[in-house]
Amino acid sequence: MNPATTPLIECKQLEKWYSGVYALKKVDFVLYPNEVVGLVGDNGAGKSTLIQILSGAHLPDGGEVLVEGQTVRIHSPKVAMRLGIETIYQYTAMVHTMSIARNIFIGREPMRWQVGGVGMLNQSKMRQEAVTAIRDVDLELRSPDALVGELSGGQRQGVAIARAMHFKSKVLILDEPTNHLSVKETNKVLRFVSELKQQQVSGIFISHNIHHVFEVCDRIVVMARGEKIAELVKDDTDIDTIHRLLDA
Amino acid sequence: MKRLFKRFFLRPELSAIIILLVLVVLFESLSGRFLTVRNARVILGVLPELGLVALGATMLMIAGEFDLSVGSVFAIVPMITALLARLGWNIWLAILCALLAACVIGFINGWITLQFAIPSFVTTLGMLFAVRSMTVVISGGFPPPFPENAPEWAFTEQLGIIRVSILWFVGFFVLATLLLRNSNFGNWMYATGGDPAAAANMGINTHRVKIVCFMMCSFLAGFAGLIQLFRLKSALPSLGVGLELEAIAASVIGGAALTGGIGSALGAVVGAALIRIIDNGLVISRVDANWFQFAIGFLTIAAVIFNAQLRKLARGMKVSV
Repeated sequence: MNPATTPLIECKQLEKWYSGVYALKKVDFVLYPNEVVGLVGDNGAGKSTLIQILSGAHLPDGGEVLVEGQTVRIHSPKVAMRLGIETIYQYTAMVHTMSIARNIFIGREPMRWQVGGVGMLNQSKMRQEAVTAIRDVDLELRSPDALVGELSGGQRQGVAIARAMHFKSKVLILDEPTNHLSVKETNKVLRFVSELKQQQVSGIFISHNIHHVFEVCDRIVVMARGEKIAELVKDDTDIDTIHRLLDA
Repeated sequence: MKRLFKRFFLRPELSAIIILLVLVVLFESLSGRFLTVRNARVILGVLPELGLVALGATMLMIAGEFDLSVGSVFAIVPMITALLARLGWNIWLAILCALLAACVIGFINGWITLQFAIPSFVTTLGMLFAVRSMTVVISGGFPPPFPENAPEWAFTEQLGIIRVSILWFVGFFVLATLLLRNSNFGNWMYATGGDPAAAANMGINTHRVKIVCFMMCSFLAGFAGLIQLFRLKSALPSLGVGLELEAIAASVIGGAALTGGIGSALGAVVGAALIRIIDNGLVISRVDANWFQFAIGFLTIAAVIFNAQLRKLARGMKVSV
């Protein structure tokens, strides 16, 4: 098989239900290398459930997930990260009471030595690599010791993206990354996302704002009531079509 | 310069250190006998007991939970030790078993709290009563005799100005500091307490982190109880009554946040030292000792307000650290 056409992520007939109610109904979803897919839909459409399955927060009740052609069981966020899938949640991406450097390495700390998974941090390496990681996403950085709680919403998204890039993620899932951001910061985040492909990273972009989706995505998947109701190539469609689909 | 100030203001234990210095000056000027070798010996002799409990309470608080059962664990560990020794057990084996029991209590605290998703306030409040009751029951109503040829040299022997217990205290303080500041587990503790959802999203097993912290907290409370057993030479079932509140006060005065994610081992030590110094300072300044609890109460509130103000001040400084 030509590796260029093997999807990075392929979901087949995914199903998930919560106390008898369908959250996902036989959803197929594909993400190819070097593309950004927009995921749109109203609240309760199943977007969150889908990304929670891909990021290891929940297991599906039916169907299967393939990563680079291999069937996988993503039973924890650790597994997802090991597969190269990194998710940036809207509200819970960072620990505000901790420094930038510490945040970047939560759960993946560089160590001087360790016994049974616990040991001494290599703090100078953490700080240095934090500086490099943030410079790589063009963020004007303060010190890596600054608390994340002191950053603006956009800067926080930037640090989260820097973290994903630093760990060489193949897929970046962004959950409403432009919510509550100023226009200037929104543009910055959109620029981050559109530059992902240059770094050979694919993205799944979840947003309520169709304009933002149109700006950065190659394909758009529309969901409603737990089902995929449309899948459109951006260049073949327009914003009005999507709005009509969503309002239906 | 400004940068240095800001960093300094953001330290959680700063206000406690300032208050400590003020009180030392105050008590010395009131009594003229506060800063003496003899008095230092008195304070250092009793400090490790509260200090160790506060250390455990602070670590647990950093991970976002807290433990009201430490006072009861503080009593049951000496009780188990003395009872097993009376049965003819080797004293070291008895101590080991008692400390193991403390760890089991900590595990149960954590397991129930997390498994049933109930507040640790409730779980450990229940445990406070249950363990206290167990202590009285197993004592049979009479405190067992203090074990003969008990290894006092290992816990409370006086070495000049200090007791051996201070060495344990310093040892555990250094370990706790290394754990919190320099280990990956410490990073997970701060993350778990600071934002459990974010920590879990980053692949941290927050339940495991919390359970380990519950166990460390119980272990240190039990160890502190053991030190008191050796100092008082009597395993009373009433040891450590009310200690849980003093320990939480010490943690909070030392800058730990009840909401989790903020705190330091140094803060716990300074917080505990403050409480012991007030206790001692009031007595040697001939103030009515009944004011002690008033002072602790006032201090707890004042320290938290002071801390919050300093943090606000630091945040407002338009400079990056």
